[in-house]
Amino acid sequence: MLRFLVRRVLGAAVILVLISFVTYLLFFALPSDPALLSCGKNCNPQNLALIHKNLGLDKPIPVQWWNYVVGIFAGRHLPLGNCPAPCFGLSFNNDTSVWSLLKDRYPTTLSLAIGGSVTFLVIGVGLGLISAWKQGSVFDRVASSISLLGQSVQIYFIGPLAIYLFSVQLGWLDRGHDPDWTSDPVGSLTGLVLPCLIMSVIFWSNYSRQTRSLMVEQLSEEHVRTARAKGMGSKYVFFRYALRGAMGPIVTIFGIDLGSVFGGAIITEATFGLHGLGNLAVSAVLQSDLPLEMGVMLVGATSIVFFNILIDACYAFIDPRIRLA
Amino acid sequence: MTTLTKPDTSSAPQDPAGDAPFLSVRDLYVRFATEDGTVKAVDGLSFDLERGETLGIVGESGSGKSVTNLAILGLHNPRNTTITGEILLDGQELTGASQRTLERLRGNKMAMIFQDSLTALSPYYTVGRQIAEPFMKHTGASRREARARAIEMLAKVGIPQPQTRVDDYPHQFSGGMRQRAMIALALVCDPALLIADEPTTALDVTVQAQVLDLLKDLQQETGTAIILITHDLGVIANTADKVVVMYAGRAVERGTTREILKEPQHPYAWGLLGSIPRLTASVDVPLAPIPGSPPSLLNPPSGCPFHTRCAFTATVGGDRCSTERPQLPDGRGSACHLTAEQKRDIFIEQIQPRLR
Amino acid sequence: MSEQQQQSLEKASTLEPTPSLAKVPEQRPEPGERLLEVTGLRKYFPINGGFIFQRRVGDVRAVDGVDFHIDKGEALGMVGESGCGKSTTGRLVTRLLEPTDGKVVYAGQDITHADRKQLAPIRSEIQMIFQDPYASLNPRQTVGTIISGPMEVNHLNPPGGREKRVRELLEIVGLNPEHYNRFPHEFSGGQRQRIGVARALALNPKLIVADEPVSALDVSIQAQVVNLLQQVQQELGIAFLFIAHDLAIVRHFSQRVAVMYLGKIVEVGDRDSIYNKPRHPYTHALLSAAPEADPDDDGRERIRLAGDVPSPINPPSGCRFRTRCWKAQDLCASEEPPLIQLGGSKDGHLTACHFPEEPTVAARDEDIVLDPALAAIEEAADKTL
Repeated sequence: MLRFLVRRVLGAAVILVLISFVTYLLFFALPSDPALLSCGKNCNPQNLALIHKNLGLDKPIPVQWWNYVVGIFAGRHLPLGNCPAPCFGLSFNNDTSVWSLLKDRYPTTLSLAIGGSVTFLVIGVGLGLISAWKQGSVFDRVASSISLLGQSVQIYFIGPLAIYLFSVQLGWLDRGHDPDWTSDPVGSLTGLVLPCLIMSVIFWSNYSRQTRSLMVEQLSEEHVRTARAKGMGSKYVFFRYALRGAMGPIVTIFGIDLGSVFGGAIITEATFGLHGLGNLAVSAVLQSDLPLEMGVMLVGATSIVFFNILIDACYAFIDPRIRLA
Repeated sequence: MTTLTKPDTSSAPQDPAGDAPFLSVRDLYVRFATEDGTVKAVDGLSFDLERGETLGIVGESGSGKSVTNLAILGLHNPRNTTITGEILLDGQELTGASQRTLERLRGNKMAMIFQDSLTALSPYYTVGRQIAEPFMKHTGASRREARARAIEMLAKVGIPQPQTRVDDYPHQFSGGMRQRAMIALALVCDPALLIADEPTTALDVTVQAQVLDLLKDLQQETGTAIILITHDLGVIANTADKVVVMYAGRAVERGTTREILKEPQHPYAWGLLGSIPRLTASVDVPLAPIPGSPPSLLNPPSGCPFHTRCAFTATVGGDRCSTERPQLPDGRGSACHLTAEQKRDIFIEQIQPRLR
Repeated sequence: MSEQQQQSLEKASTLEPTPSLAKVPEQRPEPGERLLEVTGLRKYFPINGGFIFQRRVGDVRAVDGVDFHIDKGEALGMVGESGCGKSTTGRLVTRLLEPTDGKVVYAGQDITHADRKQLAPIRSEIQMIFQDPYASLNPRQTVGTIISGPMEVNHLNPPGGREKRVRELLEIVGLNPEHYNRFPHEFSGGQRQRIGVARALALNPKLIVADEPVSALDVSIQAQVVNLLQQVQQELGIAFLFIAHDLAIVRHFSQRVAVMYLGKIVEVGDRDSIYNKPRHPYTHALLSAAPEADPDDDGRERIRLAGDVPSPINPPSGCRFRTRCWKAQDLCASEEPPLIQLGGSKDGHLTACHFPEEPTVAARDEDIVLDPALAAIEEAADKTL
């Protein structure tokens, strides 16, 4: 198990290094020059060269990239100011530390991603389990029709509708605001309810359908039949044997969805006017702000890679054939 | 070598003492509703079984032999299955019994061994836990007692180092070991009825012999009644006291093991015996297979289900075989329109010489 | 056999050359023309593993030094339990797999490492019949396409055209030639296996490797296919490597039989020698375990081994059967017994054992019960009697 984890973490590190390098290359493949943006209207070659030097753009690309990577771990002294580790550089745009921007924005996105995931897993898997338990019932049929509907809606369409209905008209729910877990945990929670619910809509229908079909399949497995042949009660068999078998594949599907979950969180942010990594990324791209782009990219990628390892560990926990292989 | 008690050849209904048999199945019908129509999986089956006795049910795929036994345990899917008839276990009616009643009996008074122990044991729980579960449920034993019982059972079925292997998962066992664990699981509550569905088909020859002998020896010890479902007449010869031969959902012949193997009466039984090569028979005589393939149970042949593959319909004469369903008498007998003399003559003149 | 004879025999067998030098001696009274000669055949499947970087950490020794031959028109049966390497041997002979070591000589030509071009003409002469009639036929092709496929690949144009030949083949294997345009799913398991046979016959092969050709079929259908194969073998004079786990079927089909255990041939000989006068303890155990559909079958010895076949990843040293053998001694662990002709065996009957058994399958004075659970229960039962 430990070997497995160490191997996965090392593999993840390689992936992150590759991602950062490719992002660097892509950035310089673009025609726009960030120095021109900050040089402004009265730009002359001397000014431009100075800005290039200040931003560190005068060195060859691999050297720039290498300095950047080293800076993350060791910190850097940049011409425009000191940047302690972990240093993701200073924003080209306003010279603020990228790390402080990320620290500011990341909790919102992470809260949404986790909150949304919990919401859609609970609703989706729950509905799937009830459908499988009551196969062919009215509930089963209604749930499967709703699932189809759920897959065809968009966050930016139902988000505003939901804000109007639930917070403006009915006043039931907070219209959504950025969480601040240290000073106001309760308010953070209530502020996330509506965004998480809306974000979960596009996901849970898939999970309820998958869970239902996985459970139906598991219930006809021979080891589940053996459990019944032992005289175990139907609820016990359903949860201890069939659900145990369905859990692995559900976790696998969730692992595949991780990217979409972060994507969904970013769209939800935009819809609810929250300040997460999403609009940070958009502004970074629009302003050719390389350090910011790199920062957002790496934080996003690290998150996905980290959760992937977590999911693999879960999988090994669920299935002893993998754990003890 | 253990010797089995000679079974009572007369079947229970004629029992003058009037004691009901331990297990009595009467006119069992099992039907599945499928998209293509109704599958008549079991079609009017009756048999009896006494304690300590082994009944072999022989048949090919789709003969209804496995379905019968899932029906006895109530393991069929109630959504698409209809069961009629009578299943009396020790005087208790099982058809139509509530799930709660069946759950109390399953794994306790009646237990089952399945063919493929790799898929029939859950990969997610240790072997010990899977054996202990029914023991806790049916005897009210504590976790610790149940674990001790699981170790005891594993030792009994010949798992080396049961104290440590009890915490292994099924995939850490070899095929033969797993099937032994499956037997331990089935016998943990000392069931009075054990149904073994092709218990050794997935095993190697030498392991099969070990496991079959183990079942036989354990039966000696506990007096369990066993229903052994198999397609292998060799397995039957070694283990069963009496035999029901099934074809297309119906019992076509019934008798003691010796009667079925030595003096079979039904043309299907003749075909089965003629199809298997023997270790001692002459190798120059070609096998005598049954022509054609087993019928679909969606649309079984009219009259005698075997008439489409039978070589003796002309001997019966007319279209009797295809129109009139032959009845299987109680006790020794076969469901065939041939007269007793015809059966004897055909067997002695045409069949027996080929079986040597 | 007297004790003296037994001892001299043991001595003789231990004096034989080391296993790597031991070859199958040609001692058949009338050696037919060799079609296939296999010597020292090995196939190791690598197991990869390791921390961070994948490397070879071990081998599955599926086939580990096998010698045998098949004459023209002869059927050699190969029996053994799962993991003994019989199927892998079949795939090596047909060169679906490339041997790790050893030599496969077909009709005088070394095909051990032959490439695709060199194999092309031979591929049409060695055909294979597979176990699973459901998985081995392409469901999207008609029976006609399936059977004529091999002819097309080999640019074979039989007189009268391929379609005529396919119809002939369908007739030979007992199918209706009118079924030319049907798809595999319209046929039952037995009929599909007949299609497989017809496909194998399409190129007039000289050798057919049949890997468990009937084990997936119902009992009554098995006999149909066995009879068909036997008819093909006898009437068309095709040699067979008949691989199966069912001892009775192998006996029925093959003139000679090889018994495999954990990647090795432990005994080989003509049918009667193997089934009536086996010398290797494993052959005895196998035969004694085979269930026979005869309630009077009490005259045979009863041997019940303990445990399962060990893993071919780390096979036991010396004789591989020693871990389950009742006669094993120190010598068996240190020295691998060569496959040799033993005194008292018929010519061509070779056995790889240091301490061979009496050549009989008759019941012994006492059963051999190695299984601890069985032994315990039976001992308890004997005491109470």
